[in-house]
Amino acid sequence: MTNKEDDKEIKAHLKSAFPPVQNTELRRDLWPQMLRKLDEQPAPVDHVPWFDWALAAILSALLIIFPGAIPALLYHL
Amino acid sequence: MELLERFAAGDLDAFETLFREHQREVYAWAVRIVRDHGIAEDLTVETFWRIYRFRSRFDPAGNFRAWARRIATNAAFDHLRHARRETELPEDLPSAAAADPAVLLETRARIRQAFFQLPAKYQLVAKLALIEEEPYDKIAEAVGISPALVKVRVFRAVRILRKKLHSLNAEAVAK
Repeated sequence: MTNKEDDKEIKAHLKSAFPPVQNTELRRDLWPQMLRKLDEQPAPVDHVPWFDWALAAILSALLIIFPGAIPALLYHL
Repeated sequence: MELLERFAAGDLDAFETLFREHQREVYAWAVRIVRDHGIAEDLTVETFWRIYRFRSRFDPAGNFRAWARRIATNAAFDHLRHARRETELPEDLPSAAAADPAVLLETRARIRQAFFQLPAKYQLVAKLALIEEEPYDKIAEAVGISPALVKVRVFRAVRILRKKLHSLNAEAVAK
């Protein structure tokens, strides 16, 4: 059997093992569930905290003063 | 202000309107990938939570439907990566196995076994392309890769499946 025929057979088996999903209708409104999730996990504020900036500044300063530390830092990342 | 602009600015009412407009479509896409109604519902909510969370990254001039589908695909992909194996088909999903001979049932079981051993990225494109017969460009847009790469992944998935099936068949013969 050639690979092409083999592939066709595999595709046919795949479709028979996993019939295409026919019922894709949503059974209920998910908005109440969405609201619960928003209450439980409020979306984080989309900005970087000041201490992250401070850490980045300290790290940058250290790397400028001690450039020899760059390979060691890269190794540990 | 337009709906998408209000949504991007963080207006919850605009988000609710978008949610109600698109929840069915997002759910229908997710259920094709995970093939479980409950998980698809959870993924729909997760998708919209990510949409709300990253609203500031959305360009109101852009295509919300395509953006939502891509986020839903990512959420479903995360699920596939972490799920040990796919859940069995629920009863209301079609299953043609009932009246089939034992050999065919065994072949299907081997196909399923081999399929679940595929890496999640191959499972994702194989399901959408080979089972759901979605066009490659639609899959590419949803996954965030080129149509050529979708084709490559489908090809590799089939090749891996072929090898796995041959080894499973050989094992079965040896027993």
